[in-house]
Amino acid sequence: MTVVVVTVAALLLAAALLTLVRIVRGPSLLDRVVATDVLLAVIVAALGAEAALNRHATTLPILVVLAILGFVGSVSVVRFAVRPPDGPDTDARGGRETVGERP
Amino acid sequence: MTGVADVLSAVCLITGALLSLIAAIGLVRFPDVLSRMHAATKPQVLGLLLILAGIGFRLRTGADITTLLLIAVFQLATAPVAAHMVGRAAYRSELVRRDLLLLDEAAEAADGGRDPAARLG
Repeated sequence: MTVVVVTVAALLLAAALLTLVRIVRGPSLLDRVVATDVLLAVIVAALGAEAALNRHATTLPILVVLAILGFVGSVSVVRFAVRPPDGPDTDARGGRETVGERP
Repeated sequence: MTGVADVLSAVCLITGALLSLIAAIGLVRFPDVLSRMHAATKPQVLGLLLILAGIGFRLRTGADITTLLLIAVFQLATAPVAAHMVGRAAYRSELVRRDLLLLDEAAEAADGGRDPAARLG
């Protein structure tokens, strides 16, 4: 089992570091949102792997909370993330009709 | 039986961690928001399901497996919604590299479907 622990830890650590590189470099807010979602998935994977390898269920409620938190976080950031590139006809709320007004 | 379940659990955990690493490499190397979202989906859905299966094979009790199912159902229900909102915000903020698109159905919808040449844009 030690081999499994070391392998999983190394893979997840590399994944988290590469994701942090993308969060730092951006370039846009949406890139950072996507990368933050991946970082949260990596954290969930790490907590779950730790629970599995040590055979305890203490962190399972935390996984539920993290799954909910990732959804609420990314949706609420993206909801206000749309910057109109060419005027006030693009707000974050509109659907097809506001897109259609664009040249 | 216990040994088989433990080996299955280890395989699931390592595969899930590998998917996380693949997604992180894709996040660093891919060129724009939409292709990065494509990479980001892997640990959010398949990687998470594999990790949860690994936990389930290792714990093997009813209450824990119910919690794991709850996590899986919630993630499968919410990940497409979040990805849809991110993709639409990226398209409308002009963060999409159009030279990488094969088909731009959002532009067709914006034209009211009148311009078939928009397919090639």
